[in-house]
Amino acid sequence: MSLLEIDGLSIGYGGVDIVSGLSFGVDASESVGLVGESGSGKTQTALAILGLLPGTAAVSGSITLGGQEIVGADDATLNALRAEHVGMVFQDPTQALNPYIPIGDQLRRILIQHGLADGSDADQRVMHMLDRVGLPDAARQFRAYAHQLSGGMRQRVMIASALIAAPDLLIADEPTTALDVTVQAQILELLERIRDDTALLLITHDLAIVAGHCERMLVLQDGKLIEEGKTRKLFSAPATEHTRALIDAAPRVDTAASPQPVSGEPLLDVDNVSVSFQERDRQRQLHAVQDIDLELREGETIAVVGESGSGKSTLARSVLGLIPMRTGRIVFCGKAIEGPVQSRAIETRRDLQLVFQDPAGSLDPQMRVERIVAEPLAVHAPDLDGEARKARVISMLERVGLSDAFLQRFPHELSGGQAQRVAIARALIVNPKVLVCDEAVAALDGSVRREILLLLRKEQQETGLAIIFISHDLAVVRSISHRVLVVYLGRLVELADGEQMFTKPRHPYTRALLDAVPVPDPLAPGGRLSVKGEMPSILEPPSGCAFHPRCSYAHARCKAELPRPRTVDGTRVACHRAEELLERF
Amino acid sequence: MLRYTLRRLLGAVPTLLLVIVLAFLLVHAAPGGPFDDQRVLPAEIEANIAAAYHLDEPLYQQFLRYLGGVVRGDFGPSYSYRDHTVSELIGRSFPVSLRLGVLAMLLASTIGILAGIVAALRQNSPLDKVVMGLAMTGISIPVFVIAPVLVLFFAVKLQWLPASWTGSQGSSRLLLPVVSLALPQIAYVARLTRASLIDVLSSDFIRTARAQGLGTAAIIRYHALKPAMLPVLSYMGPAVAAILTGSVVVEQIFGIPGVGQLFVRGSLNRDYTLVLGVVIFYASLIVALNLIVDLLYGAIDPRIRRR
Amino acid sequence: MSTFTKAVAHMRSSKTVMISGGTLLAIAIVALIGPWISPNDYMTTDFDRLFQSPTFSSMNLFGTDDLGRDLFVRTMLGVQVTLVVAVVASVVSLVIGVLYGATAGYIGGRVDTVMMRFVDTLYATPFIFFVILLLVVFEQNFLLIFVAIGAINWLDMARIVRGQTLSLREREFVDAARLIGVSTPRIILRHIAPNLIGVVIVYVTLTIPQAILIESFLSFLGLGIQEPQTSLGNLVSGGALQIEGASWMLLIPAALLAIILLSFNFLGDGMRDVFDARQSR
Repeated sequence: MSLLEIDGLSIGYGGVDIVSGLSFGVDASESVGLVGESGSGKTQTALAILGLLPGTAAVSGSITLGGQEIVGADDATLNALRAEHVGMVFQDPTQALNPYIPIGDQLRRILIQHGLADGSDADQRVMHMLDRVGLPDAARQFRAYAHQLSGGMRQRVMIASALIAAPDLLIADEPTTALDVTVQAQILELLERIRDDTALLLITHDLAIVAGHCERMLVLQDGKLIEEGKTRKLFSAPATEHTRALIDAAPRVDTAASPQPVSGEPLLDVDNVSVSFQERDRQRQLHAVQDIDLELREGETIAVVGESGSGKSTLARSVLGLIPMRTGRIVFCGKAIEGPVQSRAIETRRDLQLVFQDPAGSLDPQMRVERIVAEPLAVHAPDLDGEARKARVISMLERVGLSDAFLQRFPHELSGGQAQRVAIARALIVNPKVLVCDEAVAALDGSVRREILLLLRKEQQETGLAIIFISHDLAVVRSISHRVLVVYLGRLVELADGEQMFTKPRHPYTRALLDAVPVPDPLAPGGRLSVKGEMPSILEPPSGCAFHPRCSYAHARCKAELPRPRTVDGTRVACHRAEELLERF
Repeated sequence: MLRYTLRRLLGAVPTLLLVIVLAFLLVHAAPGGPFDDQRVLPAEIEANIAAAYHLDEPLYQQFLRYLGGVVRGDFGPSYSYRDHTVSELIGRSFPVSLRLGVLAMLLASTIGILAGIVAALRQNSPLDKVVMGLAMTGISIPVFVIAPVLVLFFAVKLQWLPASWTGSQGSSRLLLPVVSLALPQIAYVARLTRASLIDVLSSDFIRTARAQGLGTAAIIRYHALKPAMLPVLSYMGPAVAAILTGSVVVEQIFGIPGVGQLFVRGSLNRDYTLVLGVVIFYASLIVALNLIVDLLYGAIDPRIRRR
Repeated sequence: MSTFTKAVAHMRSSKTVMISGGTLLAIAIVALIGPWISPNDYMTTDFDRLFQSPTFSSMNLFGTDDLGRDLFVRTMLGVQVTLVVAVVASVVSLVIGVLYGATAGYIGGRVDTVMMRFVDTLYATPFIFFVILLLVVFEQNFLLIFVAIGAINWLDMARIVRGQTLSLREREFVDAARLIGVSTPRIILRHIAPNLIGVVIVYVTLTIPQAILIESFLSFLGLGIQEPQTSLGNLVSGGALQIEGASWMLLIPAALLAIILLSFNFLGDGMRDVFDARQSR
């Protein structure tokens, strides 16, 4: 008999089933991936295993863990099972840890609650556990509060709390979705290493993670299990159309081809741009972007890639005039543009448009789709009469793949993908020359993401639109970028043609990023532990090369002297050792 | 923590100064001097009175003199109680008001918090609905309605408790005034506690604690109570202000010789120095208590403390 | 269906809003036409009928007071005064609060810091005592009471509107509008204001009972509305002196005041639920 046995599990709210007739098992010490798009019922299933569903949920079927029935069990039974038999790692460690209690005390409480240890014995075990998950100076961190730790460290604490009572099963629900890619690799490696004989149920939307970390996988769609089997077998020969589509939609950083460089007219020249913020309370300056150069051509897509806090969004916003630059110059179509967006010429404002990450947040909740998409016309084509304006809106909606049935909808009545199409329609209705996409597909499911990327590509081919594509995800940008700019702590690290960047990176950081990205292929899963530590705070940037504390190739010079971007073998790269390292990557 | 304390202390100074300036100017902008309603005095006597109260000096000098006094705890002589200084009058009546206020605050916070927790744990149950209905009634009925109605039932009709302060002795005479003062605050605290606890209980870290096998009692005690009490703690500042305001009414109704009664008498007698003194005294009290609440808040919330 | 009619539809589906709103409407109507229909008036004294308990015979539905004046008409008059004071004072606080809060929130930065520091300072001051001081120093009059109450209540409104504006300003749809080229006044009008309406309506509803509370408190102390005019606070105050012999003089106005305050509070709570539900969807 399996360790975890789920039989005919259904979970419904108000008569609507979120999960229906789900049956599967997890054996002792195996690792199983549970994948599906948003709304497929993954998280509900995890909560059901822990008996954590809200009282409003109608649950039927059976879940047994080590022979103990969970559905319908009373609180005492459930509390005895939790932590001791099943541990849980939640998605967002920032929210999942209590901000008011030192982390050591939170872990200690688990041991005391389950009668496993108390007094200094408990303290010892907690410190040992914190040490095992890789918290430096565990004795001191015992007294630390969650907000004093970095995101990666918080997730390590979360893992420590899930494993401290030595459960038989560990459930990890999107454990790395809130983390940067280099930290993701560290956390996944830690999970593998530390769980020993504990079985792992890894819940994720990212097939690449399953490819690298799970022996077996289960595919969920609309609350039903549509396929299960060995990971390798499923990837090579999926039995269902949906699984096939999921695998196809998962971007590959290792093989996909980048488009050939374009030779269009130079359109936008970003020259030596720096952006600083005044930090609240204190007098310090926060240098979010420093000395970035970039040239964008007609019909070209440049991806700006970096981890969170690298300054990539700030760069885009300052180019658009939403944030003031400290120094630098922007030349658009041969003319220098400056100042905040309000003071720019109306044509310039028309020609530079933006699509945001959160599709719902970028649409005014009080307006209907028709008014949202028509609003730019009111400014830039005030002569249009109502009929003509509506016709333009309808044809624009069709261009982004929406029918006129959407005209009267409110934003909250749209799915994420539909809302993002509306946002794109609003940006493109005035035929801009440059479109900035700020993490525009990050919040979308794989299949929807692919459609949006195709839509952007189509628009580019038809209209010669230039795109600045801001993303944290190298795999996503590979197939669409003519060129890629990598930034770290506000500075240019590397700027190269797409193909060059992905096959022959010049900078150790780029190399590390590429290695850390997991690949949806069980035979070459990527996601290697490539770099130590996490990105330091931009308030306290390291001396010299900002990457040197994490770089395995750093010399004394890297600590002392800031490397200026130079051209090495056709690539702009900011590394003292770029030439030497050419051979090693 | 020390920096935080100092910054808060410094922040309280402009508030107090503003209060004193505003109150002082207001009183001095009064149409007619304080002795208008008395018979016409010979000019030289009037000048003597003016000199005694420094009414002949320019306004800014009067203000500085007054401010100097306030800093030393001297609010000057009372206009209507000729033989007393304002400080003496406040000093004599404050202990009575203090006892009333402290008891009301204690009652309000204990019962309010307990009721709030019970309601939150039984959210949407009939019990929750009843408690919240009562709380809504509590915040809707003003003290000056509660007090006479309580007197009507418990003192006049049932005759269980004394109706006035002066006609009786012992702690029974405290009961009705304290309950009248506390009732609206019980209601506020209960609503606040319930809302805040429900909010905290729905946060992710509580779900984590449940996933770790902690029972409801342990979750409330170790994880939820501290953050849930923060809004309640913040409310303690406004609550003190409300109790002070309420005590004006309650002391009037029950004939309690506290600061509130002093204030009302001063107002009706147009005793400017007295009214001015009480306003500044109350303001300092509220500012001081707000300060304490702020510091306690900082001590409980680690994110503020370390900033 | 416009946003407004949708909001109305939501309100109509909320039992709390309908019951409390209906109660208030009924009270207001009776208070308006009651004195007009009644054979009695509010200031005629009748020494043959002092302390008359409620009766139908002379249409003294709520009895008479210590001067033999008809309490039904006086109470209805009190309700009128109370409602007018409350609504006018709330409008005062609404106008000041929204303008101040929206300005601070939209401009942001240092201006916002200074403006909100000022509000914080005022918050920490015992305003009610200032109002009393004001009423002691100057002769009591209607206008002063409006201004005084409005001056206390605008602080809450300013804080809430400022917070909301600040978060709206940071929202991406406002950035989107700026990029499109929509002018600042138009952004405020078309994007910020419509998203503020919900929260403003809710807080106005919740400010009204506070204004009533302050007015009746002042009147209770004898500093508010002056005889022979009256308000519910005055009537409660008068009734409190006669509880031994004429408890109706206290209980009727006290009950009415409580019902009005309760209804406004429930109305505000209900509206908040309606608007919260709309926001979170």
